[in-house]
Amino acid sequence: MLKIKDLHVSYGGIRALRGIDVEVPDGKIVTLIGANGAGKSTMLRTISGLVKADSGSITYDDKELLGKPINKILEAGIAQVPEGRRVFANLTVLENLKAGAYLRKDKDGIAADLQWVYELFPRLEERHWQLAGTLSGGEQQMLAVGRALMSRPKVLMMDEPSLGLAPLVVQGIFDIIREINKQGVTVLLIEQNANMALKVADLAYVLETGKITRFGTGAELLADESIKEAYLGKKRAE
Amino acid sequence: MLLEKKQNNRKNIISLIAVALFLVVVLILDQVILPTNKMSMLLTVLQKGSVYALAAVSMNLLNGFTGLFSLGHAGFMLLGAYTYAIFTIPNAVRDTVYMYYDAAIRFSLPEVLRNSMGSLGTVLGVIIAVLLAGLVAAFFAWLIGLPVLKLKSDYLAIATLGFAEIIRAVFQWGKLGPVTNGSNLLKSFERISTFKLTVGATTIKLSTFVPVLIAVVCIALIVLLVNSTYGRAFKSIRDDEVAAEAMGINLAKHKMISFVTSSFFAGVSGATMAMVLGIAQANNFKSNMTYEILLMVVLGGIGSISGSVIGSVLFVAASEWWLRGLDSGVFLGINAPGIFRNGFRLVVFSVIIMIVVLFFRKGIMGDRELPEQLGKLWKKIRGLFAKKVKSEEVADHE
Repeated sequence: MLKIKDLHVSYGGIRALRGIDVEVPDGKIVTLIGANGAGKSTMLRTISGLVKADSGSITYDDKELLGKPINKILEAGIAQVPEGRRVFANLTVLENLKAGAYLRKDKDGIAADLQWVYELFPRLEERHWQLAGTLSGGEQQMLAVGRALMSRPKVLMMDEPSLGLAPLVVQGIFDIIREINKQGVTVLLIEQNANMALKVADLAYVLETGKITRFGTGAELLADESIKEAYLGKKRAE
Repeated sequence: MLLEKKQNNRKNIISLIAVALFLVVVLILDQVILPTNKMSMLLTVLQKGSVYALAAVSMNLLNGFTGLFSLGHAGFMLLGAYTYAIFTIPNAVRDTVYMYYDAAIRFSLPEVLRNSMGSLGTVLGVIIAVLLAGLVAAFFAWLIGLPVLKLKSDYLAIATLGFAEIIRAVFQWGKLGPVTNGSNLLKSFERISTFKLTVGATTIKLSTFVPVLIAVVCIALIVLLVNSTYGRAFKSIRDDEVAAEAMGINLAKHKMISFVTSSFFAGVSGATMAMVLGIAQANNFKSNMTYEILLMVVLGGIGSISGSVIGSVLFVAASEWWLRGLDSGVFLGINAPGIFRNGFRLVVFSVIIMIVVLFFRKGIMGDRELPEQLGKLWKKIRGLFAKKVKSEEVADHE
């Protein structure tokens, strides 16, 4: 289980996270919803080691991760799909996937996982020789997810996978998230598309200006009136 | 997967054979072409071309593959050239070379090894001196890389450019005269015109073969590096630093590896340059040289190793050989001393470069490599031929 306790993070004077507690149980899909600037991405970047925290603790299976270098966190089994896809545009699809397995040395395991990713995303196998920059937005998102999966993570963190994609493609991405989860990967999902995120999530947290204000199962929050008002676009009664 | 591996193996074998053939041709040319022959310019182009090709490829490793825009190349080549020169000047002539100073370093690697191992020692001494040249350049790269690699894009370029200028100034400094000979040139060290192989009564000249061989070996090593996991990490850093970091790639470490390796080969190319020119002088390694090498990289295509090689050989051939007539009165059979006089070559050369850059936006090769392009061409030709046969067959039936 991934546990975050009383995490404080600040960016050059701005306190982005003010003591948050989040638990991500194994095998579940946990989502974090919130408005722009609530601190969702900050939390994810802190977990993966890209951002330094002020105080608090992040543990995975009771091992402290806070302050560890990125490669150690990745080796502990926590991978991330960065916001805005960020595929390596001038590398081929295959090279991108191999870059995802950068820290691994087991050749057979890598080959097996490559097959696994190809099964999840047959489109990537068809285009394995193509430069990633020439893929469509949805395909790039698939590649970003596939690349993260190549490190064989136990927890996959995704930052706004629906960003800038057509509704139909977004549906596809969420189907894939469910499928990955079914195959035993815990998913921590950050989304602005609260409707979609709450539908797939087992557990959901609401983050507002650096603090957790609500949490519950996905279905609970989906039915909640105040959540509907704030995040799901329901019109206020006149 | 297996099929791909097989195809790759075949490609590698073909490339190896091509390179070996090329080396044999160079060796033969070296014997056949006499210095008085008009074609002797070809040898000069091969010699200087291999120096610049190695320099351009090593710069491409940094600028094209890792995305670090560094302009310190002349500085590292200077380090290489001086290291090589200082350690190969024979003791007997050292005092005449260091005319105004009391030489501090008084041993020559080829000489020391020759005394203990015979003529094989000379070869070994030269090889060690070349390696040492690379190592010195690599050491300095590591030293300045510690603070400088934290900088990005233009700032990195300015810092490395500054480093190269400082190195040049330091090497011309009078107080260092006992080591660097101050602003005077170093000469009389082992140079290519003395490289010969004596088998019985026949002597085989190696003056073009040696620099070409050095370039081929070093470029092959760079190709291996670029195609390894490290190479993939370099390219990832170039494309997206944040994503590369998220994949667990240690940015500082890989930037340093790329910088140090690139500088090592820059040092080797500097040593080869000293070998070819027969002199080493700090004044020659101005920032102009860095820009020339950058130009070769850009002309050939940033991110293409074969492009850098093609770019530098064409550059050297055009500036040293093909356009010479523009300076000396007769060009392509046209005798017009009024127009074709000193300096006109540079005008034409600049225009050609502008045209190339206009029509090949991404350089001659872009980011592709020559072998795969030739492979595609071969397939196309075969395809055309096969179609022809088929259509002829159809015609016969009718």
